[in-house]
Amino acid sequence: MDLELIIQLGYVVAAGLFIFGLKMLGSPDTARRGNGISAIGMLVAIVAALLDQGIVQYEFILGGMIAGGIIGAFAARTVAMTSMPEMVALFNGVGGAASGLVGVAALSIADGSFTYITIILSILIGGVTFTGSLVAYGKLSEIIGSGAVTFGGQKFVNGLIVIGILASAVMFVMDPTNTNMLYTVVGLSLLFGIMVVIPIGGADMPVVISLLNSYSGLAACAAGFAVDNNVLIVAGSLVGASGIILTQIMCKAMNRSLSNVLFSGFASVSTTVTEVEGEIKPISVEDAYYVLEAATNVAIIPGYGMAVAQAQHVVKELMELLEANGCEVNYGIHPVAGRMPGHMNVLLAEADVPYDQLLEMDDINPRMESVDVAIVIGANDVVNPAAREVESSPIYGMPVINVADARTVFVLKRSMASGFAGIENPLFYKDNTRMLFGDAKESIGGLVREFS
Amino acid sequence: MDVSYLLFILMLSVFLGFELINKVPATLHTPLMSGANAISGITVVGAIALAGSGNADMAQWLGAGAVALASINVVGGYMVTDRMLGFFKKKEG
Repeated sequence: MDLELIIQLGYVVAAGLFIFGLKMLGSPDTARRGNGISAIGMLVAIVAALLDQGIVQYEFILGGMIAGGIIGAFAARTVAMTSMPEMVALFNGVGGAASGLVGVAALSIADGSFTYITIILSILIGGVTFTGSLVAYGKLSEIIGSGAVTFGGQKFVNGLIVIGILASAVMFVMDPTNTNMLYTVVGLSLLFGIMVVIPIGGADMPVVISLLNSYSGLAACAAGFAVDNNVLIVAGSLVGASGIILTQIMCKAMNRSLSNVLFSGFASVSTTVTEVEGEIKPISVEDAYYVLEAATNVAIIPGYGMAVAQAQHVVKELMELLEANGCEVNYGIHPVAGRMPGHMNVLLAEADVPYDQLLEMDDINPRMESVDVAIVIGANDVVNPAAREVESSPIYGMPVINVADARTVFVLKRSMASGFAGIENPLFYKDNTRMLFGDAKESIGGLVREFS
Repeated sequence: MDVSYLLFILMLSVFLGFELINKVPATLHTPLMSGANAISGITVVGAIALAGSGNADMAQWLGAGAVALASINVVGGYMVTDRMLGFFKKKEG
């Protein structure tokens, strides 16, 4: 058998392992093994690639692999679970950058217009993914402000960039010796990545991360066309498809279209002022304890505030005490709670909360009427009844967790400031709502002390 | 390779991707995302050939850079996904 055939068969095996791995990632029982299988697929693909007879010098390859591997392994081991969104944003970014570089380097072996077009595509998508992810990282880690940055004529400027990219791309494909045009595409793509992410606010980050995830796959796919490699195309498009599905789920959970998320910050629509009747009723930790002690069914609804306060471990302690007290405890997780899809689930899993107690929105809502106490921890917009009741509200129509149906609602909150969307929350004024002001971790810690 | 043949592969894999991911429960969205992200590091395979050309030109340096970046993606992505999935447990008993 000749070597080329062995290499190609290796790629086929790798693609098969990726597909199996992704399939197994779909169920909590098999997910870890699935990830392992997909990693074996990657190993097979890399070994096959190293067998290529075109490779005469291994120093560059090994140097790159060792450097990258050490950085990756270090990051993966040390990152805190609360910082997962930033981490995934960065990984998306380096993946995009790698594909972009492959695109540029492929120039040396390219011929034919189709190859030049795919080189442009991999540079464009890779570049946008790279700088877009860096901006997303900056927003998530609050190195730069997490709010939406909008300015007059933004669409006009973006339009000019797109035209610039198209024009220089066409000129390059028509005359591939003109590399200046290629570098223009590189520069404009990097700029475009920044421009598309800055107008998107912190609360919309789950959509952005999913989308960038998809782009990092599509960039690999485009690079696959540029270097004529099947396994890049297969793996890249699998990732691209999965990112797009997550993007759709996130948009649906916010009742917004993708273009609405991408092109308009919340600020532009939330001009209407909702009149809210009723008054705020604060509650002390001690009184909250008496209510919880008598409860037989408690639902906990976490939001981004739980991650900020690092309260997941103390929440788990409270849950154990409640269960020892004969109380049923469940969690209601909204699809866009937190800063990336599934953010809350990972945090609670880290704190040893069994995943079968983490209920999705559609499972917890029908049960809400039999819940004695719903505890809202650092969530706001995802429990806002205005989404159901106030037609003029900017979030009207967004599916929310109906905590107001529970007998009593505790809202743990730092102050009366409104959520990320900047929308008044009528929940705080309901008759059955009690506000427990203060840092979430300290408030729950106080409850734990009352119990023990 | 023939262009139409590559496009054919692209189309089939996109459909396969949609079918595979459609039913993943919300609990696993984060590991799915970082696991998929690790797979997108497959671009390392493309970078390897370019980095090993032996021409010592710009393309080789760019290829080496791409190998390094993609390796961060691959190693980091798989390890962090594994670490996360290690946390997921069912209720005992």
